[in-house]
Order: sequence, then structure tokens, then C-alpha cells
Amino acid sequence: MTMEQALPRYTDASGRSGRKAVTARALRRDPRTEPGPVRWIVIGLAVSFLSVFVVLPLIVVFAQAFGKGIGAYLSALADPEALSAIRLTLCVAALSVALNLVFGLVAAWAIAKFEFTGKTVLISLIDLPFSVSPVIAGLVFVLLFGAQGYFGPWLQANNIHVLFALPGITLATVFVTFPFVARALIPLMQEQGTQEEEAALSLGASGLQTFFRVTLPNIKWGLLYGVLLCNARAMGEFGAVSVVSGHIRGETNTMPLLVEILYNEYQFVTAFAIASLLAMLALVTLVVKTLLERRLDEGQGS
Amino acid sequence: MTIEVRNLVKRFGAFAALDDVDLRVAKGELLALLGPSGSGKTTLLRIIAGLDWPDAGEVLIDGQDVLTRGAGERHVGFVFQHYALFRHMTVFENVAFGLRVQPRAVRKSEQEIRARVKELLDLVQLDWLAKRYPSQLSGGQRQRIALARALAIRPRILLLDEPFGALDAKVRKELRTWLRSLHRELDVTSIFVTHDQEEALEVANRVVVMDKGRIEQAGTPGDVYDNPATAFVHSFIGESIVLPVEVDDGCVRLGDKVLNIAAERGSSGPSRLFVRRHDMQVGPSGWGGLEGTVRRVRTFGPIQRADVALPGAQGETLIEIDAPRDRDLRDGDIVGLQPRRYRIFAGRD
Amino acid sequence: MRRNTLPGFGLTMGLTLTWLSVIVLIPLAGLFLKTLELGPEQFWGIVTSRRTLNALRLSFGLAFGAALVNLVMGMVIVWALVRYRFPGRRLFDAIVDIPFALPTAVAGVALTSLFAQKGWLGAPLADLGIKVAFTPLGIFVAMIFIGIPFVVRTVQPVLIDLDSEIEEAAASLGASRWHIVSRVILPSLAPAMLTGFALAFARAVGEYGSVIFIAGNLPNVSEIAPLLIVIRLSEFRYADATAIAVVMLVASFLIIFAVNRMQRWTQTRIPAH
Repeated sequence: MTMEQALPRYTDASGRSGRKAVTARALRRDPRTEPGPVRWIVIGLAVSFLSVFVVLPLIVVFAQAFGKGIGAYLSALADPEALSAIRLTLCVAALSVALNLVFGLVAAWAIAKFEFTGKTVLISLIDLPFSVSPVIAGLVFVLLFGAQGYFGPWLQANNIHVLFALPGITLATVFVTFPFVARALIPLMQEQGTQEEEAALSLGASGLQTFFRVTLPNIKWGLLYGVLLCNARAMGEFGAVSVVSGHIRGETNTMPLLVEILYNEYQFVTAFAIASLLAMLALVTLVVKTLLERRLDEGQGS
Repeated sequence: MTIEVRNLVKRFGAFAALDDVDLRVAKGELLALLGPSGSGKTTLLRIIAGLDWPDAGEVLIDGQDVLTRGAGERHVGFVFQHYALFRHMTVFENVAFGLRVQPRAVRKSEQEIRARVKELLDLVQLDWLAKRYPSQLSGGQRQRIALARALAIRPRILLLDEPFGALDAKVRKELRTWLRSLHRELDVTSIFVTHDQEEALEVANRVVVMDKGRIEQAGTPGDVYDNPATAFVHSFIGESIVLPVEVDDGCVRLGDKVLNIAAERGSSGPSRLFVRRHDMQVGPSGWGGLEGTVRRVRTFGPIQRADVALPGAQGETLIEIDAPRDRDLRDGDIVGLQPRRYRIFAGRD
Repeated sequence: MRRNTLPGFGLTMGLTLTWLSVIVLIPLAGLFLKTLELGPEQFWGIVTSRRTLNALRLSFGLAFGAALVNLVMGMVIVWALVRYRFPGRRLFDAIVDIPFALPTAVAGVALTSLFAQKGWLGAPLADLGIKVAFTPLGIFVAMIFIGIPFVVRTVQPVLIDLDSEIEEAAASLGASRWHIVSRVILPSLAPAMLTGFALAFARAVGEYGSVIFIAGNLPNVSEIAPLLIVIRLSEFRYADATAIAVVMLVASFLIIFAVNRMQRWTQTRIPAH
């Protein structure tokens, strides 16, 4: 807005008289924005800061991954350890997303469609995993299921492996991704109100019919948004999973964990190859997220 | 289908939305629940519909207690104030919804459903909108679709919550007439909620005036207008002139002036005199029971409307009166006023 | 005869509470239970040991500094994104979200590679005598990286919604541009700025993946608290790990609580629009 107001003055100007006029106009500053040089300094600072701290690291990932050519990149990904890590990551993410999807729907229904005291407390509790360090998230499960944990002896006696196995990794991932779907759905469903559901009930629909035919179609974009963020976090989680996984090569290494191990062994191309997959996931997630946000904003407008 | 409501109580915390309400609705009646916001009319409607539950009391439809049943089981059609159309379904699917969710045993065939939906869309004269989405319709169209949707399941009772509240005046008038004729055609017991007294009086067979969770009066539109039972009904319906008066032993006084009108039986002490504006006759000074000074005159076509100051116990009371134009009232004129019809209700608000 | 209009409250509420307890509440309760087992003396001993104190000091201190940097730079960025038009603005707006979305391990190895002695940025810096990777400075850089979106994204909607009339009024009263910015605009943004700062700070304190690659991880020098927790766990010293974790949790909550308080205070001084 302000820039466009400023520009015409400069571009309108032409010739010598224009230059004089430009100087005169420059002195007559637009009170609603900063003077030209200040603007460009701010923009310059912002752009260089972001370039150094965000763009460069991203480029480094791909530069290192493809540093030795496409051939090396592809064979790095075809490595059995890499494949097993990819499989594990996908599996854990699918499980976590599925579980938190159901939870998110159930919790959002209870919170958004009914009145009860303690709603704020409940929502804050659901938000808890966000404010806990990932390492602590892993720690709590070690305290429960580790060899010296509360359930440790019982698990050992029954030969059930939670830690250093898929269940433990999944639990830790479910913990850190717990709030995503619920947080996306609750405000959406609150905003949509209960009128359509009441209408459906008055027309004879059962609770489930109402939910599947009326509520679900109305929240589909919000649901997708929550699932998207949940998935991105689930696939990329490092700290919590690192604590509970045991780093058993070929078995309990997710992609982020494998990146760590390979990097520490100086296997840079492989490490960055896998990292590049995760980076691509992040970029795709961001793109889809932006599209969905636009869709959700439109929905609110109608 | 008859509806009966007995001793209904509903509280929200300390606030009594419904305070011991009794009501009977006859078969085929078109009843208006009229009142200001907070009067409890929507609460009453929703309780009858099964969308809300009372704290005490009974609700009987056709003699059967329905409080054990939810909205879906009561076979009522409900039309929401803001339509509540299913935004992601087409108009056709909206209207068909009630028929599609019926249990398999009772459900009609797809053909029959389609026929019924077409029949309803024809009824509301919107069959050409069948493939559109609610966001593409105007307010009036949405309301008619909401009605068609409610009627699809052949409800035994039709309940409408401020059906025309969100529409502009012209559309509202059209839909009012249309609703009346529709009701005559369908002969379904119907209750609608409104805060617009003109709407209630024009459309309904019977009007129930509510305030603060209680029924103030129930009667035909004529009844409620001509014979208001309480001060609230008198002031809520139609335009009223209200004067604070003292009733002493059958004698009515405004300030220290004794008015030449009869007191109502049973009224005494501080009271209020209610007169419809068009019932207040204007004459020369000295004529009539009241006397006042004209303060401000406005002319609307054949009518002059004037503010008249009447002396009272606590200074002047300013009232608005209407007079025929040729009376030619001027600022400062002293006029005499005589109510042709009036009510006196005990108590000051 | 109180019933809910919509069905399913009992079932969904029950499921919600059960799942919440199983996944979140019981595990966290386990943490505090373990802490209670320790007894105050043992707890204090662990927490005040030299290595622990250094790790905590490092984590909290650097996180605070990084959050400050993000506060300043975040304001610069959000100002440029909201108030100005320049080529690539939309792109840079999207770029702000990358630290959110990028898996922490990827960020970790990328930053390390970038700032290592032979890295694209590490090399020129080394020429200037500045060593970033494997020093506390590296930790600082990583903490800045992951905190970038917080201030920007919390302030952005507030700045966008800011009523331009207020600025115009101030200008018409003769205030200089700098006065308008510092006395009129920034105060209205203060609550959002504080929130963003607190979020960036809390995130940086607990950050693990982005940091441990670029940190030297030398005890007492460049060892962050989360890493110490992991090390203690691998040594099966559960009690130590728990104690440090509890200190971190409590300190973070206290700080966020204090910031929320400060926020409410600024909101009462300067009513929100």
C-alpha cells in the first residue's frame, strides 16, 4: 500500500524538472511510512538474515546430497539401511497420524460441540506436548517402560518390548504429535457451530449419520491440515525418538536417526541424501499447508 | 397433532428462561410465539422440538409424553433462524436428507425420494435451483429450501424459529403471505417464533405473547390487540401512550388533575393509563379529561403528529398524539384530550 | 432431565480423557513421581552439580540470547513482510516457516556443514578468526535458526490488523516517523512480541536435534541440558536425568508464566484494538 503510493511519485517524475520534483517530494515524506533508505535497509536486513539462516542451510542439504552426482545419490537411497529407515519412518508416521486423527476428531467433537466447565484446562492439557522438550518426551517413556522403569520388570517378565522397538518409537511420536489434529479442528468446529448438526438430528439422523454426513464434510480441509502437520512432525521427529529407539541399525532407526548416525560416520552423501528426502517432505508440506490455509480462509469468509 | 406443554421450567444459572409455562396448541393451528429477546420463546420452541430439555414440566404431543425422545424421534420439522442448510450439499441433497437418513426398513426407494424432493421444490417454487449450493442462494431462497427440507419428512408439527428475521423487509412481507397460504394448503400444526408483532398479528391464527419466561396473554390477533390483558401486552403490541396516574377510590388522577374517566375494576394506587395513539381524541382546550400544551408538530401526509406536554405530579409528561391535518395544531396551543378507549393497569414499571 | 442436544458427549469425552491420560498425563506423572522418589537432598545434589549447572546455564543463557536476536530480527522481518513490497516478498514470507517444518536433524547437519571450518560460511568466518561449529557460538546459531518463525508469526497478524488511523492521527499531531513507530506502533505490538519471544525461548531451551550436531558437546563447555539428559539416560542414571528434566520443565513453565503475566500487564496499560 504505502510503497505503491510512494512509487508513482518517483516513476511519474521525468526529466530535470522531475528530478527537482523528486527531491522536493523526497523531502515531503509520507507520514505513513519510513523514508526510502530506511525501507531498503530494513528489507536488506530481513532478506540477508533469512538467506543466511534459512535459505543457505536448505541449499547445503541438496548440494551435499547431490555433491557426487545423481548416481551416488540414488545408490545411497537404495542402501538397505536407508530403505529400512524409510520403511520404519513411514510406518511410524502412518500409525501416529492414524491414532491422532481419531483422537483429534473425538476430542474436537467433545470440546467444540458441547458446553462444559474446564474446557480451557482440557485444551491446555492437550497442548502440553508442544511445550515439552522432545528429549523429555522420550525420557518420560523410558521412565515408564525402560529396564529400570515402572513397568520395566513386568514387560521383561512377559517378553514385551516397548522401548528399542516399534511400540516405543510410535508412543514417543504419538506424544509429540498429539495436539496437531485436535488444534486444527477445534477452532474450526467451534466456528461452524452446532446448527447444521441440530438440523440433521431434527430431520431424523442418528448421531453417527450426523457426524459422517454433515460434520465431516464441513471439516475436511481442517482435518487435512492437521493431518499434514502431524505427518510432517511425525516423520521428522528426532529428539524423542532418539531417546527411545536404541539406535539398532537396520531395525529401530528412523530416517532422522539414520542421518545422525551416517553424519557422525562421515558418510556425508548418504546422510544428506536421506536428509534431502526429509527436506523435500518439509517443502511439500509447506506448499500444501499454504494452499490449505487459503482454502480454510475462504471457507471462513462464506 | 395437538401439543400440550405443562408447567415448563428452564433455568440457565439464576436466569429463568421459562417460568412455569402452560400452553395448548390445537390441531392445524398456526400459532405465533411473540415477545422480546430473552422472553423464552425460542427456548420453548426448542424444547417442543427436542433440541433442548426443560428442568421441570411436561411436553405432550397428541397426548404422549415426548420428553424421553430426542429431536429425531419426535417427527417435528424445524426451520432455523439462519436456515442451517448443509453447506456442502446441493439444494436437492439438502431437501432429500431427511428421507435418506431413515432406517433401511422405512426408507423409500431412490425414485420415490427423488419424486418427493421434486414435489417439495415445486411447492416452494424453487425446483430450478436443485443443483445449486446454499451459498449461491439468496436469503429468501435459503429460507424456502429450509422449509422444504423440514417438510420432506412429513412432520406432524412444523416449528419455525424467527423464520424471516434475517431477511429484508420486502422479502419478509412476501414470505409472510406465502407462509400463510402454505399453511392453509398443508394443514400442519405450526408454531413460529417472532419478535415482530406485525408479523405475528398478520400471519397467525393465535398469538401467544411472552415476556421474561412467562406467557402474558394467548389469544387471536384481534383479541391481543383490542383487549390486552396486561400492561406489557398493551405496550408491546401496537403503539401506546402511557401516562402515570393515581387511582383513588375509583377516581383517576394525573398529577393533581382529576381525569374524567372511569377507573378499572380492581385497580388502585399508582397505576398506568394506556391509550392507543389513534384512540386519543383531540379537541379544544377545556374539552375532554386531559389538557396539555402542544410542543412540537410534524406533518405526515393527512396526519399531524404532535408532542403534547401534560402537567403531572413530577413535572411534565410528554406524549405523542395524532390529529387530522385540518386541525392545524401549532406550537404552544392548549388542547384537550379524551381517550376513546383505554386500559388502566396497576403498578408502575 | 438435563440432556445434551447433540449425542455422543459421554463417549467422546471419555475417550478423550482416557487417551489424554495414557499418552500425556500418565507419562508426565511418571516423571514427577520419579522426582518425588529422589528426596530433596539428592535432587538438590544432582541439580547443583557442576556439570548440570553448566549445562543448564548454557541452555538457558544461549536460548535467551537467541530469542533476543530473533526478537529484533523477527521485528525487522515482519515489518518488511507486512509493510513493504519488494520482489520475492511472498517467497520470503513462505521461507519463514521452514525452520518450523524442517526436521531438526536435517537442520542440525545442514547448519553444521554450513558453519564448519571448511563450510560455505564457516570458511570465511574462520579467516576472520571466528569459529562457529563445535563451539557455544554454533549452539547460538542453531537456536537462532529454530526460533525464527516464532516472533514473526505471532506478530504478523497483529501488525496486519493494526489500524492505520492511529498512525495517521499521530502523524497529523506532528509526531515524527520514529516517534510514531516507537511510541504508537511498537507498544501495541508488545504483547505479541513478548509471546513470540517466550515461544522462541522455550523452544530453544528444549531443542535437541538442531543443536547437537553443531555443538561441541564438551561437558561444562558446550553441552546443552537436553544432551546431558540423554547421556544420563544412557548411563542408566535415571534419577539424574529426571532431576535435570524437571528443572528444565519447571523453569520453562515459570518463564512462560512470567511472560504471560507481563503480557497481561502491557495489555492493561495499552488496551488492545
